[in-house]
Amino acid sequence: MPAGGIRRILVLRAGWILLAIALVLPVFDSFLPREFQFAGLMRPIFILAILGLGLNVVTGYTGLLNLGLAAFMAIGAYSYGILTCDIYPYQLSFWTALPLTICIGATAGIVLGLPTIRLRGDYLAIVTLGLGEIMQDTLKNLDGITQGTQGINPLPAPRLFNYQFSPENWIPWYYLLLAILAVVVLFCRNLEHSRVGRSWIAIREDEIAATCMGINPVKVKLLAFSVGAELAAMSGGLWAAYLGSTGEPGNYDFQISIIALCMVIIGGMGNISGVLLGAVVMIGFNSILLVKVTTILAQKGLIDTQNVITVPSNWKYMVFGFALILTMRFKPEGLLPSRQIKAELHEMDEDRRALKKKAGTK
Amino acid sequence: MSNTEVLLQQLIIGLSNGMIIALIALGYTMVYGIVELINFAHGDLFMLGAFLALTVVGALGLDAIPEPALLSWGFIPLLIIVPLFCATLNWSIDRLAYRPLRDAPRLAPLVSAIGVSFVLINIGLFWGGLRMDVFNGGVAAASPKDFPWIVSSANLLGPDSNIILTWNELLVFAITVPLMIGLSVLVKFTRLGKAMRAVAQNPTAARLMGIDVDRVIGATFLIGGALAGAAAVVYSSYNHTIYFQMGFRVGMDAFTAAVLGGIGNLPGALVGGLVIGVIRAMSDQYIATEWTNVVVFAILIVVLTFRPSGILGATVREKV
Repeated sequence: MPAGGIRRILVLRAGWILLAIALVLPVFDSFLPREFQFAGLMRPIFILAILGLGLNVVTGYTGLLNLGLAAFMAIGAYSYGILTCDIYPYQLSFWTALPLTICIGATAGIVLGLPTIRLRGDYLAIVTLGLGEIMQDTLKNLDGITQGTQGINPLPAPRLFNYQFSPENWIPWYYLLLAILAVVVLFCRNLEHSRVGRSWIAIREDEIAATCMGINPVKVKLLAFSVGAELAAMSGGLWAAYLGSTGEPGNYDFQISIIALCMVIIGGMGNISGVLLGAVVMIGFNSILLVKVTTILAQKGLIDTQNVITVPSNWKYMVFGFALILTMRFKPEGLLPSRQIKAELHEMDEDRRALKKKAGTK
Repeated sequence: MSNTEVLLQQLIIGLSNGMIIALIALGYTMVYGIVELINFAHGDLFMLGAFLALTVVGALGLDAIPEPALLSWGFIPLLIIVPLFCATLNWSIDRLAYRPLRDAPRLAPLVSAIGVSFVLINIGLFWGGLRMDVFNGGVAAASPKDFPWIVSSANLLGPDSNIILTWNELLVFAITVPLMIGLSVLVKFTRLGKAMRAVAQNPTAARLMGIDVDRVIGATFLIGGALAGAAAVVYSSYNHTIYFQMGFRVGMDAFTAAVLGGIGNLPGALVGGLVIGVIRAMSDQYIATEWTNVVVFAILIVVLTFRPSGILGATVREKV
């Protein structure tokens, strides 16, 4: 098979390849020396990939920049916390609380989206950014309900038939989260090819033309916003269940929204496999590679952990920043782009090249 | 302290901070007016300016003066070095990160600006402060840093007065007001100002009229950066605490001010800045400090939703 064919298969079947790798990874991992084992650290990737897929619906399909996804993740985590923790009257199980969390997220998306969704692109970005900040402060200040900076804890782990998940044994967690992620991927894939999904893409491509074709932009955008919020809330709920605590409100900050944005943009806007790859790259870098490198270097005594500049994890903003700048500059369609977005961007390149040629022959 | 005195005191604080916010808001509004880009990195540029100011204060030994004079000459080097640095930095950012994306979809420069903002935040984290101590194992680089008083803290209304008004407050106005007057003169009466207005109105037509659009945009970034640098000096000497994430929060206030006044509108930025400054001070006093950010963002959302063109902005129809 020619090299081009292999590459084509890699791009087209990236989702299945990632799934296969994820399935066998724990087995492979057990052969590695202890300090290099990383499969146990993969769980945040699965949870945050759901967040990335949520942002992909809003930004990738519909072209709305939402910088406040962390707010919906916080809503999800706190809803899950309030529904399950034993200091509140509900005390539901994981399997009832998670769907409810998703519903709360979707409702929150509609309620918060309703006044803001009509705004133009960059104004929407700022308003959602503001939303993310308000949510942290509100959760912190309403300490009568949310326990303030302590977070809600302890939260019970899920129970499947007679099996009780526990923080000590990570393998069941790994496969549970992988299975949930697979369901979400299927959901997103079907959504993308549905009537709604096609109208989202139409809105992204040309809002005016889409409106002329009979799409109601406000309704369709609101739906996208709400689906994004719902997936973000789901990832928040899973995050809280996985940690056994909602953590403090400050955990759901701008950085989370930005990591999700990096996943979508670096991975490839509007393409599910791209977002998954983006999640592996971003979270793998942020919570596996940097952490591992820092601990290993510190153990070997090569770095002074008291000195900010020598600790690798202090460089992450710099790396994220340059990653965004360079992606926009040289590969704006991302690593695994959706076909449409790539075509669109390259069409423009050709236009520009043609213009340059004209200018040159003048 | 009587109620009126509390109100007056908060008004003084609010107006002083409002003038600083307005100065930063001008940077947002000018750039938005001309290239329709929300320059996410502007707040962080301001933050780096504040850190440079702290370093310059340390280098000149201004912090070692036990009782600062009424009007410290130390302000003059600060007001030259820091705006110069911020202007150059802002221009270079535009040149490297935004200019190549001028024809790209609108999301592209915005994402690039977020990237630049992150890089600047990281530099701020490493910046050592007074003595650049980070390279010799700066332990508390992430913690807020105190900015020394470089003007006298004596109360001008006499030691018995409940209301405090010092040279600090007066200096805020003495620096910001001339800068704003200078800016409006520049925009209204000079060739460059005319070119800027033309580019803001229609870049293609401006180019056809022989205006070097890229140079005008570059000049806008220079001026916006210089204003952010001046704001950084005034802010840190007025508020006495700087920290590496402050660009985000102060930047959001300034952006809210710019939107409130009508983005792209220079007098609007001043009005918006003063309104936000006073609202913050009043909210600190009469609601609660921890709700102030919520109040400001709520205002931003309400304004954008119901009057997206701001208080002074004219309603502009989206061009098809």
